[in-house]
Amino acid sequence: MSTNTKDLRNPLKRARGLGSAQFGVSHWWTQRVTAAALIVLALWFVTLVLGLLHADYATARAAVAKPWNAVLLIAFVVTVFWHAVLGLQVVIEDYVHTRWKEIVLLVAIKFIAVLSVLASTLAVLRIALGA
Amino acid sequence: MADTQRPLSPHLQIYKWQVQMVTSILHRATGIALAVGTLMVLWGLVSLAAGEEAFNQFKVCNGSPLGMILLIGWTWALFYHLCNGIRHLIQDTGAGYAIPQFVRSSWMSIIGSFVLTLLVWAYVLTAGGAA
Repeated sequence: MSTNTKDLRNPLKRARGLGSAQFGVSHWWTQRVTAAALIVLALWFVTLVLGLLHADYATARAAVAKPWNAVLLIAFVVTVFWHAVLGLQVVIEDYVHTRWKEIVLLVAIKFIAVLSVLASTLAVLRIALGA
Repeated sequence: MADTQRPLSPHLQIYKWQVQMVTSILHRATGIALAVGTLMVLWGLVSLAAGEEAFNQFKVCNGSPLGMILLIGWTWALFYHLCNGIRHLIQDTGAGYAIPQFVRSSWMSIIGSFVLTLLVWAYVLTAGGAA
């Protein structure tokens, strides 16, 4: 920290709002909450896919169109991409040491994730609503 | 970098590999692999919404040798990340940090992931090939 002896502010006061002190805990906590949700959602998704192994197109579509499946699929997609962004963010922050490359990657994964969530959700809704 | 000739702290190549090191880095590696794998979920849903032709193309790609290898890889990555993720969630409560427990739970993650992958693919193959 600064060695400026004239600064009478507490070091904590200066640290607040900077770096991970701003959102470190929320990142950590959200990663755990999405992880807990994905234990259930991922296992459910695997059983859904296994149940549709040899299904033809109409059967697969009918399965996704069921209200509960549609709701859980959208929940799964939102949670999985959210969790992926949080994890990839930490990997990028750890290994990419050129600042501009780091920022570009951090923004890129968020764009890709948001577009993927929107596209998947629209796909599920189109199937569920028979569009 | 400073010009001082200070000794560097020992890095990975100095240490004998231990199972906890393997489970730690595999959690990251499988996380990255799964983030890529989510795009398959996106492709599946979008092709299902797009029509029978697009969905059949998706099924043919999944059933190809390369598709099967990737799917087996993603299955293992999912189950490994799931088992080890549960292990991390338990450790987040402060439990399981004694060295013998830590080593044992590492092996449980690895063995559990292989058993689950084997079970799923035994089911897939006995049910008559993928997709």
